[in-house]
Amino acid sequence: MTRPHLVAAVSLACLVASPAAATEDPLDVVATFSILGDMASRVGGDRIRVTTLVGPGGDAHVYQPSPADARAISEADLLLVNGLGFEGFLDRLAEASGYTGPVVTAAAGIVPVAAGAGGGGHADEHASEEAHGHDDAHAEEAHGHDDAHAAEEAHGHDDAHAEEEHEHASDDGHDHGPVDPHAWQNLGNALAYVEAIAGGLCGVDPKGCADYRLNAESYRAEIAALDAEIRDRIAAVPEERRAVITSHDAFAYFGSAYGVRFFAPQGVSTESEASARDVASLIEQIRASGAKVVFVESIADPRLVERIAAETGAAVGGTLYSDALSGPDEPASTYLGMMRHNADAIIAGMQGGS
Amino acid sequence: MTAFDLLLAPFVEFAFMRRALVGAVSLSVGAAPIGVFLLLRRMSLMGDAMAHAILPGAAIGFLVAGLDLMAMTFGGIVAGLVVVLLSGLVARTTVLREDASLAAFYLISLAVGVVIVSLRGSSVDLMHVLFGTVLALDDDALLFIALIATVSVSALALIWRPLVLECVDPGFLRIVSGNGAAVHLAFLVLVVLNLVAGFQALGTLLAVGMMMLPAASSRFWVRDVGAMTAVSMLIAALSAVAGLLASFHLSLPSGPAIILAAGVVHIFSIAFGTAGGFVPRLIPAPHRAN
Repeated sequence: MTRPHLVAAVSLACLVASPAAATEDPLDVVATFSILGDMASRVGGDRIRVTTLVGPGGDAHVYQPSPADARAISEADLLLVNGLGFEGFLDRLAEASGYTGPVVTAAAGIVPVAAGAGGGGHADEHASEEAHGHDDAHAEEAHGHDDAHAAEEAHGHDDAHAEEEHEHASDDGHDHGPVDPHAWQNLGNALAYVEAIAGGLCGVDPKGCADYRLNAESYRAEIAALDAEIRDRIAAVPEERRAVITSHDAFAYFGSAYGVRFFAPQGVSTESEASARDVASLIEQIRASGAKVVFVESIADPRLVERIAAETGAAVGGTLYSDALSGPDEPASTYLGMMRHNADAIIAGMQGGS
Repeated sequence: MTAFDLLLAPFVEFAFMRRALVGAVSLSVGAAPIGVFLLLRRMSLMGDAMAHAILPGAAIGFLVAGLDLMAMTFGGIVAGLVVVLLSGLVARTTVLREDASLAAFYLISLAVGVVIVSLRGSSVDLMHVLFGTVLALDDDALLFIALIATVSVSALALIWRPLVLECVDPGFLRIVSGNGAAVHLAFLVLVVLNLVAGFQALGTLLAVGMMMLPAASSRFWVRDVGAMTAVSMLIAALSAVAGLLASFHLSLPSGPAIILAAGVVHIFSIAFGTAGGFVPRLIPAPHRAN
């Protein structure tokens, strides 16, 4: 693994970040939810001050803006959003607060997956595709990261995009209906997120641009390293065991990127209510697929998942974090920590039980 | 598709369907008679008020014990009791009527709840966590519903005569007996228990809907209070079966499907109910006994 490389990258980031910021007033950046906020503070370092609207543990699907949020937006130098319809509340809030500054849409550079495309039949194709494709994608990523440093950043962004397109080629028929916004569940997409954030910061603070680029590079290296590690570890799990049940359909990107089949009893939003037919088909699906582990997400009602687990004989495998980071003392307090925690839990669940 | 596939197979094949059926029918037995008395007291909207009134209790339960259902439910029951008992007392000791005083207290309670949730700075939707679904009933939830149904049916049997008197002629009850207020308060406790148990196990819509809709429908078929409770229980249980089957075969969300089934019965009752329905009233009946 790339441990020495990673350590070097981190210490480099520390060296660069500290002297630059001391003298100036930090940039005010508002991120809509905790995962974007964490990414932004990694890229911006001490030069920016990040405010998140939906904090750790919150559910962006049912978020209600407060006057303090509107004020934070109106005073911001830069507004970071996920896009793909994730922040339904944002347009009205930005308008009401009178914000006219730049808006960076982090997911602008990725190819979206149609809502609900993650579970069921598609994943099979992906699973086999991934088994072959993952080494290539990894190699390409390692290069991309060196190149991007030298060349204009806009290109690095395009690379990630092209790579995604290649991976999701078989999904492209699904351009109907709304798209699944949870793109950060694929570490490959996070590379594009980081590029978009660095680009946005450079736009409002050209003086700090070199710092942002450097921070983004080291962060991207960490993301790519974790991406490769998760791919290797999941590839080691027998393909027929790569099936998992969760309580809210937020893992389509994780599933298609890493070749794991996800089944979920609810639609994409935590607000929709399941029908008896949905639950019954899910139970039939699980019985047929042989999934042995059920995950309860940090933000959804665990009872439905526990019921389904009891009825199919699957084990309950702990908590996955989907839309929000955990509090500072828990394992998923950063984006990378969250992805590592989720991968650990999913892999352990798929390997355990028989 | 045979009749077996249509009516029985879902329940034979899936345990969650059997649990949903048992839970919904238990709720029918407990909540529908309560609904009849709420109807007679012109407090039909109390269920919706309660859904908001329990927020501060659930929030405090959440602050103390985290996402613990029993703590949140217990807090909800306490908050609900405080609201109904206060509004009952105010209605009996001041000029304000019970519906107005309930509206006032539930709004205060809701505001307190929202403030408590915001102080914690968390935007976890507490009500989403607290309100269950009929498809996810575990053993605890089933026992809880059955216990509440047993308690409320037994308690109704005990206070039946004074309760009926209190509904139709509170002045008379006050003359013959001094415990009108006690009976009323006991009844309010039953209402809160049924509603909060229903919220926790089945969700707001189902808990309030199963309480009020069958009760309102029963009024179109019979006039006697005892008969109304029996008819409302029957309508509620039938709606539960029909709604669950519709949810299974037509892929509808289960709570709304059950309430829609009760709604169809209600609209039919409005039109054709033999005791005050729209169509029977149009038919001239010179010898109508009532």
